[in-house]
Amino acid sequence: MEQRRPRIRLFGVLLKAILLFALFNFAFLFMNDIPLGKLSLYNFIFPGRERFPFGETHEAYNLSLFDLDAMFASHVLAGTEKTPDEYRVLLIGDSSVWGTLLAPKQTLAGQLNASPITACGKEVHAYDLGYPTISLMKDLMILDQAKQYQPDMVIWLTTLEAFPKDKQLDSPIVANNSERIRQLITNFQLSMNPNDPDLVKASKWDQTFVSRKRELADILRLQIYGALWTATGIDQFYPEDYERAQIDLEPEDEFHGLTSLQDALAFDVLDAGMSTASVPTILVNEPMLISNGLNSDIRYNFFYPRWAYDEYRQLLNEHATARQWHYLDLWDLVPIQEFTNSAIHLTPEGEAMLSGEITEAIQTLCQ
Amino acid sequence: MGLLQIGASVLAALLVGVLTRGVRSTLRTYLLLALGVLAVYWFQPIIPLRSFDFWLPSISLALIVLTWFVTSESGTWRAPQNLNGLMIILGLATVIALSRYFLPDPLITATTPPQFNLYLIFIIVLAIAILFIAWLSHHNRWTISGIILLLVAILVILKTPGLSLQTSIFFRTLANRPIESATALDLRWLGFSYIAFRLIHVLRDKQMRQLPELTLPEFATYIVFFPTLVAGPIDRTERFAQDLRKDFVLTQDETLLGGQRIAIGLFKKFVVADALALIALNDLLAAQVRTTGWMWILLYAYAFQIYFDFSGYTDIAVGIARLVGIKLPENFATPYTKPNLAQFWNSWHMTLTQWFRSYFFNPFNRWIRGYKNIPAWVMILIGQLATMLLIGLWHGITLNFIFWGTWHWLGLFLQNRWSDFVRTRFPALGQNPSLQPALQVGGLLLTFHFVALGWVFFALSDPILSWQVFMKLFNLL
Repeated sequence: MEQRRPRIRLFGVLLKAILLFALFNFAFLFMNDIPLGKLSLYNFIFPGRERFPFGETHEAYNLSLFDLDAMFASHVLAGTEKTPDEYRVLLIGDSSVWGTLLAPKQTLAGQLNASPITACGKEVHAYDLGYPTISLMKDLMILDQAKQYQPDMVIWLTTLEAFPKDKQLDSPIVANNSERIRQLITNFQLSMNPNDPDLVKASKWDQTFVSRKRELADILRLQIYGALWTATGIDQFYPEDYERAQIDLEPEDEFHGLTSLQDALAFDVLDAGMSTASVPTILVNEPMLISNGLNSDIRYNFFYPRWAYDEYRQLLNEHATARQWHYLDLWDLVPIQEFTNSAIHLTPEGEAMLSGEITEAIQTLCQ
Repeated sequence: MGLLQIGASVLAALLVGVLTRGVRSTLRTYLLLALGVLAVYWFQPIIPLRSFDFWLPSISLALIVLTWFVTSESGTWRAPQNLNGLMIILGLATVIALSRYFLPDPLITATTPPQFNLYLIFIIVLAIAILFIAWLSHHNRWTISGIILLLVAILVILKTPGLSLQTSIFFRTLANRPIESATALDLRWLGFSYIAFRLIHVLRDKQMRQLPELTLPEFATYIVFFPTLVAGPIDRTERFAQDLRKDFVLTQDETLLGGQRIAIGLFKKFVVADALALIALNDLLAAQVRTTGWMWILLYAYAFQIYFDFSGYTDIAVGIARLVGIKLPENFATPYTKPNLAQFWNSWHMTLTQWFRSYFFNPFNRWIRGYKNIPAWVMILIGQLATMLLIGLWHGITLNFIFWGTWHWLGLFLQNRWSDFVRTRFPALGQNPSLQPALQVGGLLLTFHFVALGWVFFALSDPILSWQVFMKLFNLL
């Protein structure tokens, strides 16, 4: 007898598919507190990255994402067990710390790790936690997350561009980590509006699978790129040629529309950062290019008019002295030829000069 | 084809399936032809040469009409069905050309279509040329060979980077545009490889008197059938026409089976293949990878990426076609599980292999058998070499594709000699059942790795780089 095939109803199949998808989609609403970014193949199948994932260049197998958990989970710091003889130093800062145009070994962290340095009787191991966005708030957010990794010392490199109050919340990584930022504003009683429109507010719909697909795809892509990071050791595109940092400058002395920096800089964020790690912290005013070209009597470089930067140095110096911070003002340490494509990006030789100063500071602080 | 185009194709197919329930098959043919014509324009990507995203699809359609005229009996174009087909093709092309005047932004073409007077001149010149060539073809038997040569010449230009570049420079000079920015990729004529192979198949069948009588709508629908436009499979006219003429009712079962196949294809292409593509071997990675182990991983990733990508597209095409009552031939039959290279080639891009077998290998073998003094194994050697070289060159006329074709020829030849050797020296070996599993697994692994190593030439653009990859793969560098 011919076997009768069970009849499948198209409408029923479609209805079930829609219902299942809807269930799956809205199940994500209840998974919002699960830090999916912490699930990582790095430090497990692939070695951890020596700096945070950043950039969107196909040639570098790298990407920018906003999930701080995923960023930390992919970092070598998250997978390195601290040994009793390790003196753990975390480097916080912008693209100059991250190492734009520099291979991992050429960055400040790379150079500090290249030569055996001891501090407090232990071997110094530096971790690059720089991220190419200039903002104190971003630094505070990273530092706050990094303190769980048992640092012995934090070195925080910064520059005036990170200070203006008006730009603390507008970088994408800050704006898209609104919950963390609100928490920091509350905990440290920062003079910022936790409901600032720059901070992305996630509605219920934004927490569903459909809305979070980009974020989830980025986390997956980061894992896949782990294979290529392992295979090539490359995490940045190094062009054969690039435009050098600007030497001839515009005759402008404007800085963020300000006439004075008094009350315009986010010193409260700096205070929060200096106190959050609860370990010795060295604040560094990072080296910058001092132009000798056209209009260099008005401006130091592309970023800063002379009046603003001079006032900033004075204010920062007073602030650090008043609080007895370990403060290094290395603004003019590096000669003009050791800058690459920006007034704060150093060549490997420039990084070596900075590394020498930092090494000395670490050892001095230990004594 | 991106997700948008696939989604639109599925919807269009469903619509055709629903609209033509219980209606004569000719309506389905007309609708499929109209969708095919629109797809030829819509799928064509933007090209740096001005209006070429309109001209290239228009030339594709013109070549189709020309081929139908020369392969059909004279005067048949006056039949109502053929006139309807001509009106659909010409009408839609004209509406698309006119759309520059009533649409604020281009909808079907990637950029705004050219001035209508240019289009009119194009149509008039083409009409005269088609009618003249059609007339000539009924009086001169070499006309069809001439059209085949024309199609091959276009393919050679498109697939030879140097010739493509020169052609782009030529057109840029004509249009008074800077030639410095010309590249070999300027002439991206979407689907032309498949269109040309289908047209050559029809023209050769006509020459061999094997071509069934087809109406213009049937013929043009076969060539521009929208699910197969971008990545095949290459169907045969007589089989396709049979399906097209059958009365078809889109049942729930057919919809589900088609949908299932599309879903499998989407998963293969957009999940598996696209993820593997991130770590698959390419020029950049070949130069950057530091260790032998990782080089093998990248090679395996490429081998599976190309399979899932291509077979995924085939699944999508087969699934969509099913929704309109066309049962397309399969292109893949688990090729990486085959125990020898001959079986691999019988299960990889099967419709292309069959095309080459029908229109090159078999005629070539018949011809070479005329030379009685050539030993049989030399005939096989020459026939396989020529076929594999042509299959390689179909993908692009570069040294690396020549090496890829030669690599597979070498494999097929060695396999052939080895099989003969084993059969004559160790006849019991193939009949020993206890050895079969080991021979199968050994053959499978050997075949897969031989094919994977061949992909080195396919994936990379430069023979020196390919050689370096081989060295790295065997830890010799």
